[in-house]
Amino acid sequence: MVNGINLALQFLDSFAFIVLAAAGLAIIFGIMGVINLAHGEFILIGAYTTTLAATQLGLPLVVAMVVGGVVTGVFGIITERVIISGAWPNWVSQRTLGRDVIEPLYDRLADSMVATFGLSLILTQGARIRFGNSIDQISTPFGAISYGSFSYSTYRIVLAGVSIGLLVATYYLFTRTDFGMRARATIQDKETAQAMGVNTDRMYMLTFGIGSALAGLTGALFAPVISMQPTLGDQFLVEAFVAVVVGGPSVVLGTALSGGVLGAILAVFSNLYGTFIGRIALLVAALIALRFLPEGITGFIEQVQKRRQESE
Amino acid sequence: MSDTETESETDSLGPNVRQTAAELATGDRTETLLQTDGLVKQFGGFTATDDVDFSVDEGELRCLIGPNGAGKSTLLNLITGTYEASDGSIYYNGHDITDLDPHQRVSRGISMKFQVPSVYGDLSVRENVRLPVQQFADGEERRRLVAEAIEAAGLTGYEDVAAAQLSHGQQQQLEIGMAAALEPDLLLLDEPVAGLDVAEREAIAERIMRLNEEQGIAFIVIEHDTDFVASIAEEVTVLHNGEVFREGPIEEIESDPEVQRIYLGGES
Repeated sequence: MVNGINLALQFLDSFAFIVLAAAGLAIIFGIMGVINLAHGEFILIGAYTTTLAATQLGLPLVVAMVVGGVVTGVFGIITERVIISGAWPNWVSQRTLGRDVIEPLYDRLADSMVATFGLSLILTQGARIRFGNSIDQISTPFGAISYGSFSYSTYRIVLAGVSIGLLVATYYLFTRTDFGMRARATIQDKETAQAMGVNTDRMYMLTFGIGSALAGLTGALFAPVISMQPTLGDQFLVEAFVAVVVGGPSVVLGTALSGGVLGAILAVFSNLYGTFIGRIALLVAALIALRFLPEGITGFIEQVQKRRQESE
Repeated sequence: MSDTETESETDSLGPNVRQTAAELATGDRTETLLQTDGLVKQFGGFTATDDVDFSVDEGELRCLIGPNGAGKSTLLNLITGTYEASDGSIYYNGHDITDLDPHQRVSRGISMKFQVPSVYGDLSVRENVRLPVQQFADGEERRRLVAEAIEAAGLTGYEDVAAAQLSHGQQQQLEIGMAAALEPDLLLLDEPVAGLDVAEREAIAERIMRLNEEQGIAFIVIEHDTDFVASIAEEVTVLHNGEVFREGPIEEIESDPEVQRIYLGGES
């Protein structure tokens, strides 16, 4: 019984970690075709901003977390305008040189990886130079729940609830709103979206901003439970990329399913054999999934649906 | 534009607000809706359109013909802003729109249907039509306009069907419906009947004529099928090697030996 509760809590914890780590990355990759290797550093910005807002400015934790998400979102928009789309440098160069100097990085996977890897190095070292090797951590709220001889952080359970809430909100945003309709149209066919009056440039900017804000919110939410050091984003990166690749083309469903499957594997193996083996099991599961489901879980589902429709 | 045009009749907005002295005297004025002025598009060393001066009046239905590689689709893509002009200007409703983004040109009243059906296969018919309508309408008005557009496209009963499940002809009708749902003043159609059977061609021709006559929408239609062109066109422009080769009524164009030589198969 107690082990069952342990396993369930471990699963919730893994699910929340994977979903929150991957959500922002999945949106930016799935919608814009940009591999953001600075994703971990966007999480860092959210975590540091939240921590500094709470400890230095004395803001309540929830407000500080919102600030962390918003600041990261704004930073994401600036990154998109300057590095990813090059819109701002090109605005200047058009007026001085009469031509664009930056080609947008949309759907240029290798180029976007190099550019964002450079950004990640700058951000990590910038944080180290500005704040040193660590900053003071904020305490974990809500205390703990006890069962049998075990106790478990209530905040970890809250994180699981928040991760599900974020998935639902993201699903609603991209499937039930005008913005979501425009975003999906832009993803599928940019030229047709433009012909239908959609400002695709703004859609890319806002989408990158939303993906960045989600990464920042992840950092904000985990700020009370992880060490505040410049490399904190690294611990999210592996799970985030594995989840996005295993999830496949459908951003929200893919993230939810890969979070569920990989979270279950991580929970079971960590519970039975410890965290180290749990992470190895996660990577082995990802390798197996990619061997047999190269388009990811949702890619496989789409193929099955397509075959069924064709047979009808 | 007539030689009798005077400088004072040209305002700073562009050539389409020009009027001839005769038009001013009689009040019988036809506004030029769209005008290109020395439009050039180069792809590397290849010149796709070369110094194209081309105009369309309000409510006009003009077809654009020419051999493959003549620059027809390039011209349409320059008008919509999908391509940036290498040189020259585009004036629309009195304003220079050469540097506007595609969505800004749509908001000015220019709409386009692409050569390859570009409906969103994963979205339903209703969602496809809702995309353009939601740019300018909300609530009950949006629902009404979407329903009207679906009915006009002959797709009533298919509202919840994924666009990918429609026939080629239905997809062409849907895409024209999406473009028309933006309530444009100028609708550009790139080969709207390619790959369609006779009945579907007639349905598209009827749709174009109705939109032109009832809603006053001006059209530029690229089409290779000269029978289809003859069934809808008032005026025809022939492009050849990226330049305007001939302009005039379809009967004159069809009987022009030079046009026959380069395009209509008269060249031995």
